[in-house]
Amino acid sequence: MIGEREITVTAQESARRKRIERIIHGIFLMLGLITVGCVLLITIYLVISGIPAMRTIGLKEFLFGQKWASTAAEPKYGILPFILTSIYGTAGAIVLGVPIGFFAAVYIAKIAKGRIRWLLQSAVGMLAGVPSVVYGLVGMMVLVPGIRKLFKVPDGASLLASIIVLAVMILPSIIKVSVTALEAVPQEYEEASLAMGATPIETYFRVSVPAAKSGIAAAVVLGVGRAIGEAMAVMMVAGNAPNMPSLFESVRFLTTAVASEMSYSSGLQRQALFSIALVLYFFIMLINAALNFFLKRGNVKQS
Amino acid sequence: MQQGENDMKKNQLPVRRRAYIGTMKTTMWISALITCALIIGIIVYVFAKGIPFISWDLLSTSPTYIPPHIGILPDIMNTIYIVIASLVVMVPLGAGAAVYLEEYATNQKVVAVIEYAAETLSGIPSIIYGLVGMLFFCEFAGLKTSILAGALTLVIMNLPSIMRTTQESLKTVPQSYREGAFALGAGKWRVIRTVVLPGCVDGIITGCVLATGRILGESAALLFTAGFAHALNPFFEGLMSPGATLTVALYVYAKEQGEFGAAFAIAAILMVLTLGINSLAMWLESHFKKMREQGYPQEKSKE
Amino acid sequence: MNVEDKQKSDTIISTKDLNVWYDDFQALIDVSMEIPEKSITALIGPSGCGKSTFLRTLNRMNDLIDCAKTTGSVFYRGQDIFDPSMEVSELRRHIGMVFQKPNPFPMSVYDNVAYGPRTHGTKSRAKLDDIVERSLRGAAIWDEVRDKLRQNALGLSGGQQQRLCIARALAVQPDVLLMDEPTSALDPISTTKIEELILQLKENYTIIIVTHNMQQALRISDGTAFFLLGDLIEYGSTDIIFSTPSDKRTEDYITGRFG
Repeated sequence: MIGEREITVTAQESARRKRIERIIHGIFLMLGLITVGCVLLITIYLVISGIPAMRTIGLKEFLFGQKWASTAAEPKYGILPFILTSIYGTAGAIVLGVPIGFFAAVYIAKIAKGRIRWLLQSAVGMLAGVPSVVYGLVGMMVLVPGIRKLFKVPDGASLLASIIVLAVMILPSIIKVSVTALEAVPQEYEEASLAMGATPIETYFRVSVPAAKSGIAAAVVLGVGRAIGEAMAVMMVAGNAPNMPSLFESVRFLTTAVASEMSYSSGLQRQALFSIALVLYFFIMLINAALNFFLKRGNVKQS
Repeated sequence: MQQGENDMKKNQLPVRRRAYIGTMKTTMWISALITCALIIGIIVYVFAKGIPFISWDLLSTSPTYIPPHIGILPDIMNTIYIVIASLVVMVPLGAGAAVYLEEYATNQKVVAVIEYAAETLSGIPSIIYGLVGMLFFCEFAGLKTSILAGALTLVIMNLPSIMRTTQESLKTVPQSYREGAFALGAGKWRVIRTVVLPGCVDGIITGCVLATGRILGESAALLFTAGFAHALNPFFEGLMSPGATLTVALYVYAKEQGEFGAAFAIAAILMVLTLGINSLAMWLESHFKKMREQGYPQEKSKE
Repeated sequence: MNVEDKQKSDTIISTKDLNVWYDDFQALIDVSMEIPEKSITALIGPSGCGKSTFLRTLNRMNDLIDCAKTTGSVFYRGQDIFDPSMEVSELRRHIGMVFQKPNPFPMSVYDNVAYGPRTHGTKSRAKLDDIVERSLRGAAIWDEVRDKLRQNALGLSGGQQQRLCIARALAVQPDVLLMDEPTSALDPISTTKIEELILQLKENYTIIIVTHNMQQALRISDGTAFFLLGDLIEYGSTDIIFSTPSDKRTEDYITGRFG
């Protein structure tokens, strides 16, 4: 009973403490909801600023128009060239980058040991850290002249150059996520396969890879997202003419369409750029949904 | 009994299987080699081209048009300003959000929404951040094109990452520590302040280092928010004025002005910085992991 | 049953002075043992006694452990399995293995069973169908899964999964089946089913089984080997080991005085 006095506080004090706890709880709740707020903010801003131009130009004209001439006397705002360039460019980067990334990931996750493994993982980490403008610069100075000479085209700044740069840029994400997924494959699966007389390599490709397929799919989707959203590196090697996509033609992506005209745009042209961003955002949301689907199924963390 | 068992000899593995194994092995080797060659090639090329142009004069002066002269001191200062400003805002927001998710949130639906929002944010391309940052911070909030507007844009971009690292380190704070503090009659906020937050400092530091690396490499989000001025300003004035970071300066020198010497010099500097920071982040992660394992021995033995 | 006679007539696996180290720790000490064909041999002993290591050495699964070092020899049908010209994957095809925890691949039931034959080059659909059915029947699980061949194997119950794993091992037509505590993760009913299955399999296969369960060893095995701290203490007919063991330590263990 002696302690009684010490552990009971006055009703007033207790109410005060409760109030403080509630306030602090509220503050943290607000902080927690910041990300939600940001997503809403971005979505709302893009929708509000992207819709008017689509209305003025006409949705069909805008999305499927093949000509973009925003500064002409009679401006045209068709973004089909950008949409197709983004899709082709991304597809090309995936076709080029995924096989390399996939095989490198299996090698790192399953075969490489000690020093070699460390070396490869550092290489992947470093590739991920290279700023996109540096990729752009190297692409501009090496790839673009290289393509010009190799394929005897007037200008090497082209869809092909962009595809190669993008393939290199998505490589580290593909490798990292695939390695995580492959490492998460339970050892028992591999043991069972080996015990049946499969060799290690057969085991990795016939048991480990199928078992990690959701994670690897997530890696590919992540690569798609990175490729379709990349702006600066592509801007430096794509040439940026609003042509319909063709491998050796100068092309403009959705991202570079926004970036290349934003600084001097005004009026409907500027609004149209926001509409392009909205289209890009729509693509990204689709990709995010796909990514989430695979991550949930594969139960792998995005790194 | 010994006859008929010769099929276990090594050379008896069927040709088709040996071919499969050989092909897979070679493909993996080539892919791993390409990955390594890419990063080594980029590093060597950028350094070979850039280091000859790095001089004290380049690092310590501002650019002038008459006489034509390039100095990147303002860009270096702008980069430092933007890193500091971003981190200062980002840490409390990101760590607070993480604390909410790990310590306060009880409603799983709210947690799922917040985490989904964070995942969405990390998938949005930086050009879109740049656009919305321009609309919201520069125009709506009246910050104009300024380092601060750029920094705030970067804060939103990097929130998910610092949230994740903090969350991960919060998860490793042993439950018994919290229980111990609660058992002493501490209120929730006191427990968080005295036990939980000190336990997640490592996650915050790792998150900051990772964010710094990404800020150094970011360009698309800054083009329209922080601008490309090369003026030298003191910190607070600098925050309110437009300014190019190193990456943006690289882009401008390479793409708009054709000053490739300066561009490569900046590229070399950026490579050193990002590679250094990424290695630091990797080292910190493994270091903290080791420290935690040693720090909570009684928890570890339970596993 | 007379183990002595069997050893003379048809030994399938024999080991001589087999030593296994994990770094500095010696897990097996000079184990010499002869295992008769088409019989069930139980390996018993307390945890860490080396019985699992012994089992995993027989099909060289211990190769997968980096720090493991082996000396001595193991003969399978008179062939030294550590001979440099030995093709490990062929050896493992002859000496199959069933693990403690059921470990079906995350694929369909059919693909699980077909995995081995496919790996070893069987492509024909009809042949595979035949092998799958035969193996599943052999593992006494055909009736339960005949309608679920296309479903994911992870949807089966634990006992079914383990029998599926046995079927998967049977599909490559092994000679010997190594079983590492195959029932320790299962409920009593599933355990009984597996034990019945093992007894049936004896007709065609040599079975070596590690078990923690004395009753199980007594119920199903013909020969029993007792390991302690890496030593093979006693090996002989199960009836004799359990009724009149010659070593005091064996007696102590089977009467439950330690372990």
